[in-house]
Amino acid sequence: MTGVRVLVGTRKGAFILTSDAKRADWTVTGPHFAGWEIYHVKGSAADPNRLYASQSSGWFGQVIQRSDDGGTTWNPVGNQFAYDGTPGTHQWYDGTQHPWEFKRVWHLEPSRTDPDTVYAGVEDAALFRSTDGGTSWQELPGLRGASGQLWQPGAGGMCLHTIVLHPSNPDRIFVAISAAGVFRTDDAGATWRPVTRGLKSQWELPDPKAEVGHCVHNIAMHPSRPDVLFMQKHWDVMRSDNAGDDWHEISGNLPSDFGFPIAVHAHEPETIYVVPIKSDSEHYPPEGKLRVYRSRGGGNDWEALTDGLPQQDCYVNVLRDAMAVDSLDSCGIYFGTTGGQVYASADAGDHWSPIVRDLPAVLSVEVQTLS
Amino acid sequence: MIRVVLPAHLRALAKTGGEVLVEVDGPVTQRSVVDAIERRYPMLRGTIRDQSTFQRRAMVRFFACEEDLSHESPDSALPEAVATGAEPLLIVGAMAGG
Repeated sequence: MTGVRVLVGTRKGAFILTSDAKRADWTVTGPHFAGWEIYHVKGSAADPNRLYASQSSGWFGQVIQRSDDGGTTWNPVGNQFAYDGTPGTHQWYDGTQHPWEFKRVWHLEPSRTDPDTVYAGVEDAALFRSTDGGTSWQELPGLRGASGQLWQPGAGGMCLHTIVLHPSNPDRIFVAISAAGVFRTDDAGATWRPVTRGLKSQWELPDPKAEVGHCVHNIAMHPSRPDVLFMQKHWDVMRSDNAGDDWHEISGNLPSDFGFPIAVHAHEPETIYVVPIKSDSEHYPPEGKLRVYRSRGGGNDWEALTDGLPQQDCYVNVLRDAMAVDSLDSCGIYFGTTGGQVYASADAGDHWSPIVRDLPAVLSVEVQTLS
Repeated sequence: MIRVVLPAHLRALAKTGGEVLVEVDGPVTQRSVVDAIERRYPMLRGTIRDQSTFQRRAMVRFFACEEDLSHESPDSALPEAVATGAEPLLIVGAMAGG
């Protein structure tokens, strides 16, 4: 059966929403891991029944769960994230150096080709990899060698929250870290360098064009054009046409260029989506109107998508990992809110309806297209 | 056998209910009891104490015989009533306000 499976991480558990290809009638299961914070759940493109979930708690720490049957049953796998060698230090709020301390896994990114290989982006910021289905984890320490001593936590913690794997070149990976920036490796993670030229953070950094320190919120790539990257930064929506070497702003006519997630249409690599948020001090939609903005030309010229979304008194947020697309025809778009709604559009954003309205605050949304 | 009461979230993670019974060879201490729990329920590694430093997680408490033993040395002997199985060791998620 062709259909979709939407994987939702929330403050109090994970939920799995399934539908056939019409995407009109939904089945909701969960909460899985009830009461725990589920930062991210993601499935393997190489084996859609293989799912990974990041389960954490302020009391009991980090757990990684794995399902081999599409989320029906789960088993905990390895949860030891030990930094390589002597962890060293990074910049602290008071200007001193502070030791690296593992707190949680923000993002799990399965390999495109091997269901047993999965990357984990963690706080304090580092990248780990498992090649045995999550049983054991090894850090790729070269990343912290890219000016790690200069990184410092932002208000949300010093987290590595975005991992973008090149669709055909396993040596190239992009990661983004809050209040540090975006980094690229071209040797499978051995060495990394910041790719931030063109980013400007005049309200956040003493040197607005500093090489590191930019608060990147999310990055998206269409697999057919892996040199083109789209970025939602703290402020500014940005684009690179040369794999991050240079960035330019594409905020255009957005009502606010602050926001968290950014996504690319599954079949139109120049069609992109953001959810504008009023400001860094008011994390809700401008004017109390929840609007997804779509650009069909790769940025600058944006249209508001409102049909089916609340257009008054709406003060939710949409977090960085909480928007995703399916690859059906036409492309489905999904996002979750801190108010517990998961909205879906089966027509590329023209019309929206909630799949569920009253979940705990949504931290992440991922979609699997099943065939 | 040592009786241990786990907090609800860890009982769910370990897929067990009620009290847990573990066997300890040698002195009955926080360390030896948690060692035994982790041997029997490896999915609990890292949830009660750090896997590298073996320090109790900050918001986990050890209670027994109406005493808070959280700040005792992990190698101190637990009360005789715990060692004999007359009383359980309570592993508790700390109150967090609200």
